Amino acid sequence: MAASSVVKKIKEQASLVEKSAAAGDKPSLRFPVRSLANVRYDATRGHFTMKTARKERTLTVGTVKAFAQTLKMMALSKQLVDANDIATKREAYYVSKNWGEARFLEQPESDTVMDDVEALFGVNREQLGFIPEEKGGEVAGALVVIDRDPASGRQLRIDCTKFGSGAYSIPNSVEHLGFETKATFILAIETAGMFQRLVKHGYWQTARCILVSMGGVPTRACRRFIRRLADEKGLPVYVFVDGDPYGISNIYRTLKVGSGNAAHLNEYFCVPQARFLGITPQDIIDYELPTHPLKDVDIKRAKDALKNDPFVQHYKAWQKAITQMIGMGVRAEQQALAKHGLNYVIDEYLPRKLAHTEKFLP
Amino acid sequence: MATRKRSETSTFDLFAGGETGTATAAAPAVLPPATAQNAPAAGVPAAPTRRGKGGARGGSERGAGAAGQRRASGSAEEQAKKQREISISEFFTKNRHLLGFDNPSKALLTTIKEAVDNSLDACEEAGILPAIRVEVVPVAEERFRIAVEDNGPGIVRAQIPRIFGKLLYGSKFHTLKQSRGQQGIGISAAGMYGQLTTGKPVRITSRTAPKAAAHRFEVRINTQKNEPIITLDEVVDWESPHGTRVEIELAAVHKRGRRSVDDYLALTAVANPHLELSYRDPGGEEFHYPRVTEALPHEAQAIKPHPYGVELGILMSMLEATKSRSLHGFLQEEFSRVGAKVADEIVERAMLRPQAKPGSLGRDQAEQLLHGIAGTKIMAPPTNCLSPIGAVELEAGLRKVVAAEFFTAVSRRPAVYRGNPFLVEAALAWGVAGMPADELAVLNRYANRVPLQYQQGACAITKSVIAAGWKNYGLAQAKGALPTGPLAISVHIASAWVPFTSESKEAVASYPEILREIRLALQDCGRQLGQHIRRGKRLAEARQKSDYIKSYIPHIGEALREILGLSEARERLVVERLSDTLERSRKV
Repeated sequence: MAASSVVKKIKEQASLVEKSAAAGDKPSLRFPVRSLANVRYDATRGHFTMKTARKERTLTVGTVKAFAQTLKMMALSKQLVDANDIATKREAYYVSKNWGEARFLEQPESDTVMDDVEALFGVNREQLGFIPEEKGGEVAGALVVIDRDPASGRQLRIDCTKFGSGAYSIPNSVEHLGFETKATFILAIETAGMFQRLVKHGYWQTARCILVSMGGVPTRACRRFIRRLADEKGLPVYVFVDGDPYGISNIYRTLKVGSGNAAHLNEYFCVPQARFLGITPQDIIDYELPTHPLKDVDIKRAKDALKNDPFVQHYKAWQKAITQMIGMGVRAEQQALAKHGLNYVIDEYLPRKLAHTEKFLP
Repeated sequence: MATRKRSETSTFDLFAGGETGTATAAAPAVLPPATAQNAPAAGVPAAPTRRGKGGARGGSERGAGAAGQRRASGSAEEQAKKQREISISEFFTKNRHLLGFDNPSKALLTTIKEAVDNSLDACEEAGILPAIRVEVVPVAEERFRIAVEDNGPGIVRAQIPRIFGKLLYGSKFHTLKQSRGQQGIGISAAGMYGQLTTGKPVRITSRTAPKAAAHRFEVRINTQKNEPIITLDEVVDWESPHGTRVEIELAAVHKRGRRSVDDYLALTAVANPHLELSYRDPGGEEFHYPRVTEALPHEAQAIKPHPYGVELGILMSMLEATKSRSLHGFLQEEFSRVGAKVADEIVERAMLRPQAKPGSLGRDQAEQLLHGIAGTKIMAPPTNCLSPIGAVELEAGLRKVVAAEFFTAVSRRPAVYRGNPFLVEAALAWGVAGMPADELAVLNRYANRVPLQYQQGACAITKSVIAAGWKNYGLAQAKGALPTGPLAISVHIASAWVPFTSESKEAVASYPEILREIRLALQDCGRQLGQHIRRGKRLAEARQKSDYIKSYIPHIGEALREILGLSEARERLVVERLSDTLERSRKV
């Protein structure tokens, strides 16, 4: 969406508020409900789409503070877009300290209002001029990323094989990037530790793949990077995470179909072609992995996924796997493979799994 | 000992209780023998703390001391001769704690209390709206001269012995009528205390009518003979048309706060809204409590005892002392609410002869008679012996002493415990200036318009306040404690016979009927207070919301101006409109 159209939307919304206020009415803003309860898994598109539930924030004594903050956040966004500037979420929080009584006391408050504004206009927060703090993820492998120099605008070719023991960092905005690669698949990895091991042993070379470290739940930029790369180069995406409910329903599911919190953006920030390599509950048995008992939060998360997650509800295979895990009462980390030797993951586990990609969980 | 409680005078109690102690020693010096004092019909000739017409009340025609003489044995008379040797001052010194002079600060309070009570009684009996001035002047370290001046009827010389010479006579003895003077033993004791501690006489200035001359007397008490001696009687210039000024110099300590003289006078002003009171404290500061009602309290009528309230010892004494010649006549003559029919029924149930001579009945028959009374339905006693303050007057009285945001008062209908009529009044002052919100409420207790300043914990009033359930009315209350908050609670119990827990007469006994009446009075007030507090909370919330609107709406206006580039005028309009809209919606 072009910058001018974002400003136009902000102005339209503000104008509605202003007119209704001047007319002596109570103005209101209608926000999409941002929760898992208001998303549907669209199997043909391969991601969560937003259902129609909206919450109306009418200006009352009880909502006047949040109302004022929402409008101030919109004003800040317009100012940023007009000036072609950006503010991190943290910076936006600090800007609010000028708002007197309407200031935010903690950053989570400002993040929530920012997410509301984003959902209100159905845009990406980057389009509003706000960028996240967190890193987008790291990349290693036979890939050339085509970027531009921020100062001169000159084209840059970044060869991801040339980072040695380091890695290429995914930038916050990836829409302008181009790719060149001869790799055959993308391997998205949960932990930086496992990523380091694979990089150190040149696994991308032997397996002819691109390695991406997500560092927990993938950021929007990371999701978008993988999506664009996979779409443009027609690569399959395999996901290698811990064998626990968090790895499955938070990390993998968010990467593949998006989140309930910003469902209007899932269309862009999802990787529908992703498949689950491991660690599956069955792997724990097949590879005789050392385990830890599931904690109460794990069990709650697993049961919650079975009950409320439209994605899990769509796939019998996932319901079976999660039920199996609950039944086993244990979880296993990626590093648990080290029990059979440090490079067992490279020499045995990954090759054996990749030989049967058709068996990967959806 | 049950009979002792019937006595209304400290002096009297003191002797009854002293049968085994030192007090007995002095008894015969001034009083008929002990048994006579137990006889309620043995009227004491005059009430020394009362002046004027009221003084003669008490039924002297019944033959003072007649019963006593009948009992007095020869050996008792001999004893009496010996005991005469013991001086009244020695007695006083040994028993000062019972008389309210146990420490120097209480001595000051008691002295002023007695003088003020005297003045109030004198004015009311003469039908004069009382105006009283109290002065406490320090003359040396731990020594003060107090002066209490009233606009009462004045005293003539002949009355002086009555007032200052009858230290150990009972006052208002067994007259069933609401009266003050339940607290101490009269101004005579105060005069005695002053004389013993400073050697100075009591000085009295008095005028009985505008045309009469004002006299100044100085009175000493002969502590050997317990007789007053007028050492000075001179005519003086005095601006008051009528009234009395009593001055006593005494060893004492002045304290402030609860239980102080200052406190007592303020409380007295509350309970006596018809009183005009001014006070000059030892520091020279002036306090003035204006009169808030021009109506004198309705004069309480004396009533005969109700049969339900009579106890065995008293009944026996009454049987001995009565002039009636038949039991049937005795019952009708000596009790209220007993007519011929009721008397018949009592006698029949008691299985006694109606014509039996009262004097001939022994202990067993008296007990039968009590059973007869208990089994007979008798109408509740008349309540014209009560003189309530009144809800309106009580509230007005409170207002002149306490600065608070909310007042409420209630005066309940008369009720009866053990055959004694009584009546409870209560008042609350909420949001009292200077009272912290997180401390316990202050409780002010009154019996027959006299503040009770000691033994709060033992008092039925305190128990009822705690039991009233203040949480229902929006107040915090810890278990077993007074409620918390800037609250002053006043409770007045008026009765011809206020039952005190002990001789010191500072705590009301916990009869179920009394507890209930107090609780109901407080709950009545509590409901009013609860409404007020809830209303206050609503207003506070509304104010907070209003502030809320005022602090956030401008930011909405500002944001709209930033986004839409509004003019300042347009922004102001939007802010005003929005504020109005929200204010309006809030009130709906």
